Amino acid sequence: MEYSWEDLRAIFVMQGFAGISLFSVLLLMGLGLALIFGQMGVINMAHGEFMALGAYTVYFCSELTQSLAPSFGPYYFVIAIGLAFLGSALLGALVEWAMIRHLYHRPLDTLLATWGLSLILQQTYRSIFGAREVTPELPGWLMGSFSVSDTIDIPINGVFVLGLAIAVTCGVLLFMFRTPFGLRLRATVQNRKMSGAVGINTEKVDRLAFAIGCGIAGIAGAAFTTIGSTGPDSGSRYIVDAFLVVVFGGAASLFGSVVSAFGIAQAQSILEFFLEGTMGKVATLFFIVVVLMFRPQGLFPGKVRSN
Amino acid sequence: MIKPTDQQTFLLEVEGLGVSFDGFKAVDDFNFYMDRGQVHVIIGPNGAGKTTVLDLICGRTKATSGNIRFNGKEIRGMNEHNIVRLGVGRKFQNPSIYEGLTVLENLELSHPKGRGVFSCMVFRRTEDIQKRIEEVAEEIGLLEFLETEASILSHGQKQWLEIGMLLMQDSDLVMLDEPVAGMSVRERAETVNLIKKISKNRSIVVIEHDMEFVKQIADRVTVMHLGKVIAEGSMEHVQQNPKVIEVYIGH
Amino acid sequence: MFKTLFKNRGEWIAFLATIILLAVILPLVMPIFRLNLIGKYLTYGFVAVGLVLLWGRCGVLSLGQGVFFGLGGYCMAMFLKLEASDPESTAIQSTPGIPDFMDWNQLTELPAFWVPFKSFPFTVLAVIAVPTLVAFVIGWALFQRRVGGVYFAIITQAIALILSLGIDGNQGWTGGRNGITDLRTLLGWDIRSESAQYILYFVNLILLFGCVLVSKYVTNTRIGRVLVAIRDREDRVRFSGYNVAVMRAVTFAIAAMFAGIGGAMFVLQVGFMSPSLIGIVPSIEMVIFCAVGGRLSVIGAVFGAIIVNLGKTTFSEASPELWLYLMGGTFIAVVMFFPKGLAGLMEKLFSLKAVKAGFASLGSKMKGLVSKSDAKAEEETSSTTPLETPTTNSGK
Repeated sequence: MEYSWEDLRAIFVMQGFAGISLFSVLLLMGLGLALIFGQMGVINMAHGEFMALGAYTVYFCSELTQSLAPSFGPYYFVIAIGLAFLGSALLGALVEWAMIRHLYHRPLDTLLATWGLSLILQQTYRSIFGAREVTPELPGWLMGSFSVSDTIDIPINGVFVLGLAIAVTCGVLLFMFRTPFGLRLRATVQNRKMSGAVGINTEKVDRLAFAIGCGIAGIAGAAFTTIGSTGPDSGSRYIVDAFLVVVFGGAASLFGSVVSAFGIAQAQSILEFFLEGTMGKVATLFFIVVVLMFRPQGLFPGKVRSN
Repeated sequence: MIKPTDQQTFLLEVEGLGVSFDGFKAVDDFNFYMDRGQVHVIIGPNGAGKTTVLDLICGRTKATSGNIRFNGKEIRGMNEHNIVRLGVGRKFQNPSIYEGLTVLENLELSHPKGRGVFSCMVFRRTEDIQKRIEEVAEEIGLLEFLETEASILSHGQKQWLEIGMLLMQDSDLVMLDEPVAGMSVRERAETVNLIKKISKNRSIVVIEHDMEFVKQIADRVTVMHLGKVIAEGSMEHVQQNPKVIEVYIGH
Repeated sequence: MFKTLFKNRGEWIAFLATIILLAVILPLVMPIFRLNLIGKYLTYGFVAVGLVLLWGRCGVLSLGQGVFFGLGGYCMAMFLKLEASDPESTAIQSTPGIPDFMDWNQLTELPAFWVPFKSFPFTVLAVIAVPTLVAFVIGWALFQRRVGGVYFAIITQAIALILSLGIDGNQGWTGGRNGITDLRTLLGWDIRSESAQYILYFVNLILLFGCVLVSKYVTNTRIGRVLVAIRDREDRVRFSGYNVAVMRAVTFAIAAMFAGIGGAMFVLQVGFMSPSLIGIVPSIEMVIFCAVGGRLSVIGAVFGAIIVNLGKTTFSEASPELWLYLMGGTFIAVVMFFPKGLAGLMEKLFSLKAVKAGFASLGSKMKGLVSKSDAKAEEETSSTTPLETPTTNSGK
């Protein structure tokens, strides 16, 4: 197939923007994971289900608004995002208390246990919301797109999601590096015993960190509703990508997660246009795995792993 | 074991060795020569880079500059297991043994026969090996504990067991990182005897803080400070050195 | 040799009992349809046995064993498909002589990598060699760079996703999502006939017990102790002069080889292979077969594969909802409450019995009623110590 220079430019820009929506979701997923996995060393295989919970929360709010207060339609979305965060964070805290905290010294077992949790959550969603994919009624201001040129349209929801992702990222960075809790978390990560000895309640720190990581996954779910419909297994479809984002970026580096989320999303999105079906994703994942074989520490290795 | 033919060369020559972590020079232009059959002790205040030197020699940390020659062969950049196979044994600061196995099994696993995947699969405990294990166990005073699970040994016995594992490996050079840390007075005395006994046919590098202990075992002493050698010689010699007194002994 | 394979009488009895159950009792009481299902479950037993070595002993968790199961299975399926696609039976296709799905995808020629699979000896070799080599290369590359623990798990999981999506996406070459189906004969022998199913069941069983014995041998010789040592004290092993990376890569390769044989036997007994059998979900389910059976026990792993799959078939027929809850709950329960799985439970049960037996024999000895040899045998059982406790059973 032949593409003219003009076509190629338009394809790149359009796919680039489609990629930006994917980037935003991956980034939000990756951030939560980076917090839980990168900082605490816990593999949460149910992370995708926390994302799905966020998405279902938005759907639920949308349904509720529709039936109770249709006039509230344009505004509910913002509140729903907050609820998505809270819902996932609460469930996260519960899971940490019931399960994760007993398994901190057995990371591989945590992985299996959280996989079990993800099966249970998926089935729960299926029982409550049905096996069919659902889409919330998005407010009007999120729809449509602005045209930059004849061949290039930029969808508003993409821009909104990007903004959301950037805001959350900044929030997490500020939280980690500018608040007393962030300091405690970083201290606990570096030396658990010592932190306990100087009076940090490490159990509480763990629980809160896990809850926040899950909460961010909830926001990822809310963002996800603007670009796709939600099904019981929507979350699990993103889990491998999200883990690769974190590992590829360098597990302890939040900045690395941002860069690798961007790279992976753009590569997938642009390759998808030129290759058939899922092969864009296959090519991207394959590339990452090969890179990781030669550079397992990822793009931006942190100091935490040097031991 | 010492081969009389190459007596003239050093067993271990370390020249201009350096390593930096994120710009911090943990070891800098480190020179170190070792004869056969010597006990050489490295002392120095905390953070002087003593353990790092051992890590560099045995390949656990990769050096950024310098040379390490063992028996005349450059070993810098080699894999840990290859360095071990040449005859360099390393004991860690905390006793690092296989807690779930018996003393006998711990020693057996350290026997140089059966280090490859397939030789490992066909390994049999022959008479010779059994004898060698008993010899070493006798030397480290654990003969009556051969069938005991290593996890229930006392701290001192664990340290000895790890030394015994190095003896099983038939190392020409044995590196001991703080072998008497956490030991009782009696255990210390026995360790002194052990080190003297085993130094008869191999060379030993020891890192230690306990000056009394160092005096009893050291043929030569190297004093390190901030990654560099500041004095070297006999114990009496370095104790006179004003620099040493300033940074270390005078404290 | 015997002593190397079976450390104590308990292991020997468990092994014998398993053989009697699977090779005598089940074939006698089950109709062939059910027996064939058991045979299918047992092909997963190969994977689980490999995981006992890799995960239980060596502390390396692979979430990509489906890849090797699939590689072995696809090798076999390609051979059978080519046999089923002779020019006569595919005469109605626009290109006769190539597999039907290729014809549907407008391929006019057999792709080059399919051609060697016309040969049966090559296929048998490939079933064993392909998974083994792929695993060794991946393992060596990663272990050499000290990748282990959760990183290894994530990367192997990604490989499972890549392979299943890749097969899915290349319909013309691989049969795509539907997989390779309609496999009927092996060298002209109808593998769907009742007699063939019986024969294949026993061939499968012999191969499986071959793998069980191999892993028992590996476990109980020096290499088994080295693997456990690597799991618990990697650095020490390295400084005892072992090449840890190669040791791990070889273990990974052995586990992959078992999985590959299992995949090939699956194809022969079930008659198809598809990407849905090798992706993320089946791969992690294979781990749970091993965990349920007991990650340190090879016989346990065989039973784990049978029991979980039996449960899956039974429950997903009756109530698929309930099955997912049960499966999820199993994952959590095994990890949190029974880390040694069924084998651990059995051991506890028998060691209790053994203690009682010990007391009984003591009592009767005093009365002088038992012969000396009997008492000795009793003593042996009571001194049966459990396998080493998995203090850090999950690696780093």
